[in-house]
Amino acid sequence: MAAPKTLDKPIEKTLGESLRERGVSRRGFLKFCAATASMMALPPTLVPTIAAALEQAKRPSVIWLSFQECTACTESLTRSHAPTVEDLILDIISLDYHHTLQAAAGDAAELARTQAMRDHAGEYLVLVDGSIPGPDANPGFSTVAGHSNYDMLMETVEHAAAVIAIGTCAAFGGLPGANPNPTGAKSVMELVKDKPIVNVPGCPPIPKVITGVLVHYLTFGTLPELDAYGRPLAFYGQSIHDRCYRRPFYDKGDFAKSFDDKGARLGWCLYQLGCKGPSTYNACATMRWNDGTSWPVEAGHPCLGCSEPRFWDAGGFYNPVSVPISASGMNVLGAAAAGAVVGGAVAGLSKVQTKKAEAHRQPVTVEELEQKL
Amino acid sequence: MPSLNHIPVTLDTRPLGDRTAAGCLARRHGNATPILYELRHALDRLITTGETTKIDLAAMPFGPGDLDHLLSVLGTGEVQASVDALGPTRIQETGIAGVWLVDYLSSEAQRLALHLEIATVPEILRPQPHDLDDAIATLDARLSAEASASSLTS
Amino acid sequence: MSGSMEFLLWTKGPMFDIAIAIFAIGLLVRIAEIFMLGRAKNFAEPRAGEWKPGLTTVVTRSFADPGTFKRAPFNVVVGWIWHVGFLIALLLFLPHIELIKSLTGLSWPALPNPLISLVTAVTLIALIATLVHRMTHPVKRRISTLEDYLVWTVVFAVVLTGWLAYTRMVNPYPLILGMHILAAEIMLIILPFTKLTHIFTAVIARWYNGAAYGRKGVQS
Repeated sequence: MAAPKTLDKPIEKTLGESLRERGVSRRGFLKFCAATASMMALPPTLVPTIAAALEQAKRPSVIWLSFQECTACTESLTRSHAPTVEDLILDIISLDYHHTLQAAAGDAAELARTQAMRDHAGEYLVLVDGSIPGPDANPGFSTVAGHSNYDMLMETVEHAAAVIAIGTCAAFGGLPGANPNPTGAKSVMELVKDKPIVNVPGCPPIPKVITGVLVHYLTFGTLPELDAYGRPLAFYGQSIHDRCYRRPFYDKGDFAKSFDDKGARLGWCLYQLGCKGPSTYNACATMRWNDGTSWPVEAGHPCLGCSEPRFWDAGGFYNPVSVPISASGMNVLGAAAAGAVVGGAVAGLSKVQTKKAEAHRQPVTVEELEQKL
Repeated sequence: MPSLNHIPVTLDTRPLGDRTAAGCLARRHGNATPILYELRHALDRLITTGETTKIDLAAMPFGPGDLDHLLSVLGTGEVQASVDALGPTRIQETGIAGVWLVDYLSSEAQRLALHLEIATVPEILRPQPHDLDDAIATLDARLSAEASASSLTS
Repeated sequence: MSGSMEFLLWTKGPMFDIAIAIFAIGLLVRIAEIFMLGRAKNFAEPRAGEWKPGLTTVVTRSFADPGTFKRAPFNVVVGWIWHVGFLIALLLFLPHIELIKSLTGLSWPALPNPLISLVTAVTLIALIATLVHRMTHPVKRRISTLEDYLVWTVVFAVVLTGWLAYTRMVNPYPLILGMHILAAEIMLIILPFTKLTHIFTAVIARWYNGAAYGRKGVQS
């Protein structure tokens, strides 16, 4: 096989320039900015700021690494249904390596990655989907081109500007990391300590949220404001429950009790059916899925809490939020029975002691008592 | 495990508009009302200070039927406009003067954003400032082209 | 990792198992001991039955007699308000019913959430009033022990965190819900070993009293 040709370094162009080159008018650009604001979950009042920033924006190089994952995150991204804007963005970011989407294979593919790392050292973004068998785990659980996931991640992020963990596996360990975690799966933030990390969890994440985070970086050149779990506040700042259109039913006490009862048909609150909306932070309730068509709760299914850490281990999907994870009535009964036995033993012991004391009781005189005082 | 026959399948013959994804009757969830009050405040600001407001309807936690209810309360006004830039953008005046529904569509007619704009004229209809800056130069160029063309013919 | 969600899962998982085990073992030790030790054997001829007067007293002792009310109206009224409020919030709030259902299989209808919220707010105010009263009333202040203040703090923490979680006034929600569950678990753990045991023993003690009166043929 001939050695693959070294790729040329792309010419840097601002977004304003490349849009004008495509014949996009200023009204078109305004519309693009309005759609971008909507995608970033920013209010329309920021459109002029976005326009000014986008005019100067440069296309970042993006390396997408896929580890222990199911490709749903990529499927989600490529199923985002706003082609004009997303196409522009995907043209505008330079997706230099993505082993599911790229045409190149084998050495050429790996060369594209190392080339992008060299050409854009300190500037490129690394997107990761899937969890990574940690440094202590058997590296054979997951390899790409003969490299362990761990080695490839650490090598690639070394000169990255930032790392974006796409999906719950990359962000929190996800399904591979669920109990008993046979592959020793770890999240990106457990392994990468010296780079800014943005977590975009979800199983999969909403496509507009993935592009929204990229567009934020593209627009402002900075990472968005994050919560304690490294999630962008613009998308993960409010819980499903607080933005749920069924919330008034929760407040009124109208609950669906099964999937086919009157309450379910009337679209009442799904708390009793195990909705994790109260403790889940994501944008489903407003951004929705499938091009804004609907989202799980609107389709009548409780939220599973897929954008939260350890959601696979958080108890049954159909148990309400207030129900403990593992304790059962039998455990409590067992503990109570043990308690009754111990209590009986204690009572028996004190009875024996009382009897013994009675048997050996000696009369005491006043003089003896006074001596003791 | 119950057999497949135990799953109650019913045929919903209602017209599509009356149904939602959950198969239940479309109903209001009361989430349009706060937007209507927000509109009222925005109109007040437009009248007193001239400040315009845009509301992103995609960012609202609407339930099935809420958006339809909001638009039916606002009604339809006299003006309709369309902008052809990066796909069509449809502008519809609502029955409330100064409140516009701006629907940004892609060239495949998929919605990119849906705004309510409270302004005398929606921003996308107005000439863009940079275009205005270039307007005289563009016209001058065309005038001189016209002049040279007419001098050639005379 | 130590985020709010992990904290919540810890309180809902291992910590709940530990708390419920200590509670069940501790409480049954106390109750089994009480029943097995019983009362000193009474050799006198019973004048009347024990069961009916015993059960009657369980109910009648819940209401203060006019004398007690006159002497300590604050204790009676405020005590009643927060006890009833606490029980309503504990037993008629849907998430709590779901928890009980998951453990016992028993369930009953819930009250609407805003009503529970109102009751809880009243309970909180009543609880604060009891603390102020305890700290300002000269006799109460002198007879109060560290245990009294500990029990008050734990009960107040349970109600306060529950109300904050319901009203979602603390962000992130998993943190405040976890704090509420943890507070309830601390309450479960100390329950068998403090005066909180009265939740279960008050009924037994009243029955013993009523039964003893009944046996003697005295009005209970």
